[in-house]
Amino acid sequence: MSTETFFTQAFVYLTAAVVAVSLAKRLGLGSVLGYLLAGVVIGPFVFGFVGAEGEDVMHFAEFGVVMMLFVIGLELEPSLLWRLRAPILGLGGLQVGITTALVTGICLALGLPWQQALAVGMIIALSSTAIVLQTLAEKGLLKSSGGQSAFSVLLFQDIAVIPMLALMPLLATQHMELSGDEHHAAETWISGLPGWGRALAVLGAVAAIIVGGRYLLRPFFRILGRVRMREVFTAASLLLVIGIALLMTQVGLSPALGTFLAGVVLANSEYRHELEADIEPFKGLLLGLFFISVGASIDFGLIGSEPGLIAGLTAGMITLKFAVLIGLARAFKLGTDQAFLFAFALPQVGEFAFVLLSFASQEGVLGGEITDPLVASVALSMAVTPLLLVFNERILQPRVGTRTTVDREADVIDEHNPVLVAGFGSFGSTVGRLLKAQGIGTTVLDVDSDQVELLRRMGLKVYYGDATRHDLLETAGAAEARMLVVALDSPETNLEVVKTARKHFPNLEIFARAFEWRDAYDLYDAGVKYVYREALDSSLRLGSDVMREMGFRAYHAERATQKFLRHDQESLAYLATMKGEEESAYITAARRRIEDLERMLAADLQDDDLDRDAGWDPQTLRAEFSGRPDRAE
Amino acid sequence: MARVLILFAHPALERSRVHRRLIRRIPDSPDLTFHDLYEAYPRLDIDVEREQRLLLDHDVVAFQHPFYWYSTPPILKQWQDLVLEHGWAYGSEGDALQGKSLIPFISAGGGEMAYCTAGYNRFTVRQLLAPIEQTAELCGMRFLPPFVVFGTHRLDEQGIAEEGERYRALLEALLAGEPDDAERERLSGAITINGFVSRLVS
Repeated sequence: MSTETFFTQAFVYLTAAVVAVSLAKRLGLGSVLGYLLAGVVIGPFVFGFVGAEGEDVMHFAEFGVVMMLFVIGLELEPSLLWRLRAPILGLGGLQVGITTALVTGICLALGLPWQQALAVGMIIALSSTAIVLQTLAEKGLLKSSGGQSAFSVLLFQDIAVIPMLALMPLLATQHMELSGDEHHAAETWISGLPGWGRALAVLGAVAAIIVGGRYLLRPFFRILGRVRMREVFTAASLLLVIGIALLMTQVGLSPALGTFLAGVVLANSEYRHELEADIEPFKGLLLGLFFISVGASIDFGLIGSEPGLIAGLTAGMITLKFAVLIGLARAFKLGTDQAFLFAFALPQVGEFAFVLLSFASQEGVLGGEITDPLVASVALSMAVTPLLLVFNERILQPRVGTRTTVDREADVIDEHNPVLVAGFGSFGSTVGRLLKAQGIGTTVLDVDSDQVELLRRMGLKVYYGDATRHDLLETAGAAEARMLVVALDSPETNLEVVKTARKHFPNLEIFARAFEWRDAYDLYDAGVKYVYREALDSSLRLGSDVMREMGFRAYHAERATQKFLRHDQESLAYLATMKGEEESAYITAARRRIEDLERMLAADLQDDDLDRDAGWDPQTLRAEFSGRPDRAE
Repeated sequence: MARVLILFAHPALERSRVHRRLIRRIPDSPDLTFHDLYEAYPRLDIDVEREQRLLLDHDVVAFQHPFYWYSTPPILKQWQDLVLEHGWAYGSEGDALQGKSLIPFISAGGGEMAYCTAGYNRFTVRQLLAPIEQTAELCGMRFLPPFVVFGTHRLDEQGIAEEGERYRALLEALLAGEPDDAERERLSGAITINGFVSRLVS
C-alpha cells in the first residue's frame, strides 16, 4: 500500500469513526453501534470507500481485541477471578456446554458429520467480549448483577477458547488436502506435527506465558523503568503484547487469549497501571477500527443472494442463545430485568468465532460452504447486539422495571420528596437510612433491580432507574425536589448525573460522592459545592482511634482530626485551582495519585498550625503574671 | 456515708498542671465515680439517659473544671442543657435530684485577692458561680460553696502537692457524709469551702 492510499484510508476510517460515533452517542445508542454503522457506510455495499482491503484492515484491527483482553486481564487480579469462580464456572460453563450441545444436536440433525457439528456448536456458543463489555461499560451496567453475570460468562468463554483451539486440529476430517495450499498453516512452526503434538505445543506456549510473566517480565520492566523514558516503556508494552500475539499465532492459538493470560499474570504487579495506560489509547483506536471493519465486512452480496438462509441463521442463533441465557438467568435467580439485561447482552456470536472459523477452515474441519454463511451471520448478530440492548433498555426495561411498581408510579408523582438519592449502594444507603430515620422524604433511584426489590420489601421507597437519564430524574420528581444526593458506584457516572442535573434541574442543590482527589476536582469543576470523598471520614476516624490507643485524650484526637479535615479540604480546594498545568493524557492514574499525595504532604508540612489550641495554653499568661503580681494577688 | 460523682471537664488535660495532679489523689472508693466528660464524649454527643442514671446513683455531684472565662468549659454547659430535663430535674414533676448536693471544684489562674469587689476580677468566685448555684436551687439540690485552687499560674510543685492533699481530704469528708447540717448552715454564706477543708487537713 503506498503512503498516499494509506493516508486516504486512514482519513476515511477516522472521519467515519468521528462522525458516526458522535452521532450515535448523541442519539444515546452507544459507540459500538456507531462504529458498526460507520463500517457499513464506508464498506463496499454503500459508498465503497473500502473494498477488498477491508479484510486486511480487519485482520489488523483484530489486534484491538487482543489489546482489550490484555487490559481486561490486567484488571482481573487472580483473587477477583477466584471470587467470581462460582458464576464463571457455573453460569459460564453451563452456557457454553448447553449451547454447544444444542447447536451440535441441531447440526447433526441437519446431516453434518459429528466433527463439523461439534466445531459449529463450539463456535456459536461464544459471545462477543468486545461488543458486550464496551457497551455495558458505557452504560455503567458492568457492576449490576446482570452485568457481572455477563462478564463472568464472557470470561469463561475467553478461557474456553483455549481448549477449543486445541481441540480443533483433532476434529479435522480432511487435513491432507488443505494443509498444503493454506498459506497460514505453512508459516507456523508446528504445522508439520500430528494433532496431539500441536495440542502439546499449545499447552507449552500457555505455560511459557504464565512462567515468563511471573518471573521474567517484572525484572525486565524494572530495568526499563530505570531508563526513565516514557516512549521506551510504551514500546516495551507494545512489544510484550505483539510478542505474545506472535507466539500464539505460531502455535495456532488465539493471540487474545495469550495476552489475556499475560494480563492476569501481571495484574498483581506494580506495573499494572503503567501498562494499562500505555496500551489503552492503542486499544481504543484499534477496537474502533475492529468494529468498523466488522461493519464493512458484512457481506451484503451473500445476504442479498440468500437472504432467507442468512436471516434464518442469524435469528436462529440469537433466539437459541437467548433462550439458553434467559433459562440460566432464571436458574441463577437473577431478577427479571437483570435476567433480560444478561440475556440481551450475550446472544450474539463473537469475534472469537471469526478466529475459530478461519482456524477451522485452515485445519480442514469446516469447508467454505459452511463458514461463509456463518461469517456473514456472525457479523450480523454482532451488529444487532447494540440494537437489542437499546430495545431492552428503552422498550422492555421500563415495562419490566415498572411491572412490580405499577402502583408506585403514582407515588412518585404525589410524593414530592425534597431529597433524591441516586445510587443506593453502601454509600447512598447510609445517607438514605439517616434521612429516613429523621423522617425526611427521600426518593431513591438505583439500577440494580435485585437490590431495589429487596429494599422495597423492607418498606423503603426505592425505584429502579438509571439516574443519568434526565427523563427518569424528571419522573422521580427532580423538578420539585430541593436536593440531589449523587452516590453511584463509579466516578464517571456520578459526574454524568451531576452534569445532567445541573443542565436540566438547576433548582437542585447537589451533594456528590467522590472517590479520590481527582474526582473531587472534577465535581468542583462541574459546579458542585458539596463534595464528599468517601474514604475521608472513616480514615480520619481510624487515625483518631489510633491516637487514642496511643494514649492521647479523646477530645484532643477529635479536635486534631477535625482540624486536619478542614486543612485537607482547604488544600484540596487550593490544589484544584492548580491542576491542569502539567495535565497530559499519558500521565497514569497511579502517577497522578502519587503526585497529588506529594502536594498534600507538602501542604501538611507548611501548616504548622495543626496542633495549637493556644486558648487552652496558659504559658504566655503565666509568663505575664509572674511580671505583674497585682493581678495574681 | 454518701456516694460522690465527679463530673470532670477539661478540654486539654494533657496540658494541665493542676487538675492532672489533683485527680491522682482521688481516694479509691467504690462510692466514688470519676466521670471524664471530654473523654466520654469527644464530640459533645452527651448520652442523656446514661448521665441521668449516674445522677440517680449518687448523693453528691461535683463539677470539676478549670475556671475558663469565669465559667465552665462548654461540655459541662452542654451537659446541663441536655441532662437536666424539665419534668425530670425540675418543674412541677421534676424531683429526681431532690436533696442531693452540688459542689464546684475549680481552679483559677488568679489569686484569691483578685476575686473580690476591689480586685482585678471585681466579683467573688461564688458570685461568678451564681448560674450554677441557681441551677442547683431550681433542681432542689443543696449547693455547697466551691472548692477553689487559686493562683494556679504561680503555683509551684510544692503548692500543687498541698492542693492535692486538701482535695483528697475534701473528697474523703464528702464520702463520709460531711459536712453535716450544722456545718452546712455555717457554710451557707461562705465564698468558698476552702476554710472548712483547711480545718480538715490541720
